[in-house]
Amino acid sequence: MDKKIFIEPIFLKNPITVLVLGICSALAVTTKLEPAIVMALSVTIVTGFSSFIISLIRNTIPNRIRIIVQLVVVAMLVILVDQILQAYAYEVSKQLSVFVGLIITNCIIMGRIEAYALGNKPIPSLVDGLANGFGYGLILVALAFVRELFGSGTLYGIQVIPLSWYSVNGGFYENNGFMILPPAALILVGLIIWIQRSFTKELIEK
Amino acid sequence: MQDLVNLFVKSIFVENMVFAYFLGMCSFLAVSKSVKTATGLGIAVIFVLVVTLPVNYLIYKYVLTAGALAWLDPSFADLDLNFLSFIIFIAVVASIVQLVEMIVEKFSPSLYNSLGIFLPLIAVNCAILGGSLFMQERGYETLGQATTYALGSGIGWALAIVSLAAIREKLKYSNIPAPLRGLGITFIVVGLMGIAFMSFMGIKL
Repeated sequence: MDKKIFIEPIFLKNPITVLVLGICSALAVTTKLEPAIVMALSVTIVTGFSSFIISLIRNTIPNRIRIIVQLVVVAMLVILVDQILQAYAYEVSKQLSVFVGLIITNCIIMGRIEAYALGNKPIPSLVDGLANGFGYGLILVALAFVRELFGSGTLYGIQVIPLSWYSVNGGFYENNGFMILPPAALILVGLIIWIQRSFTKELIEK
Repeated sequence: MQDLVNLFVKSIFVENMVFAYFLGMCSFLAVSKSVKTATGLGIAVIFVLVVTLPVNYLIYKYVLTAGALAWLDPSFADLDLNFLSFIIFIAVVASIVQLVEMIVEKFSPSLYNSLGIFLPLIAVNCAILGGSLFMQERGYETLGQATTYALGSGIGWALAIVSLAAIREKLKYSNIPAPLRGLGITFIVVGLMGIAFMSFMGIKL
């Protein structure tokens, strides 16, 4: 199989930094690593399998009502993910709140179905969906890493910055409270885009 | 009455859909290149939110929530259909958007021409579904509250997209480092606007 299907969405056609899809949920769940990783996994699974299912039935969907058919398939998968999260990871599912439900309207999923799964065979569609979910997850984890490290001094809930450094304990360090506020996520994505485009000239906009 | 006004102001400024919850970001970034189209999309979002949210509220209250079906038959009293809410909400949103599109096309072709292209886009705008999900999560108690929340958050979203579009129109004339041009600087500008909107935090009427 063509390797490009898997490699491209991760860097050159990254859904977040290049195609600008799925930003909505990407920013809200990245204050801590744990919810970000759970979110990334959920989106990858839903994107992969919805592309797969739509691709299986692509020749039988009437063109006029395809959006509703796609939404129903995606919503079914999201309900499954939500029920599993509530059963096995209740704390994280509470932290993610409405953003699990909002996977339904995550533009990556509809975007990949419209742009790829409707015109391709099931297996490449599955790979394409998984790769796009992975590219999305990569940015999510990178954002959450920076925000949790500088915002709370922890990684995945474990204290990494020594407690003796903090000024309350006579040290010199303070957590940067700005990092866990919503605007920080936007500015960080802007910086990631800046870095990526400095290295890949063909992405620069006129 | 006072709590409705409070909710209204809160949903426009303090809990702004875009700056506090990042909802509807995709179309927010994609359609904010000119003030004119941004205004069109903003109005369409307000309209669809105000129509769909009360409908979803009624469905949630009388069909989906735990024990809601008791009015039909007392034996349904311990039935909880909450897990169906995602699929019902999105189906309601998609079909109402379709309906609105047909009605607007029939009765006001000029409005249809200006909104036309945006209406199908709105079905998958997270701000619309997000409104319904927040309504469910926060448990708004009356139809009035749900409608006020819909109106307020819609206006908040429209305000955000129109002001971003105005800034981006001016940004075209600035000398920005090449890799930051376009998308990159837009993200940073939205971040800065978010900081400005944070000054509304804690306001109570």
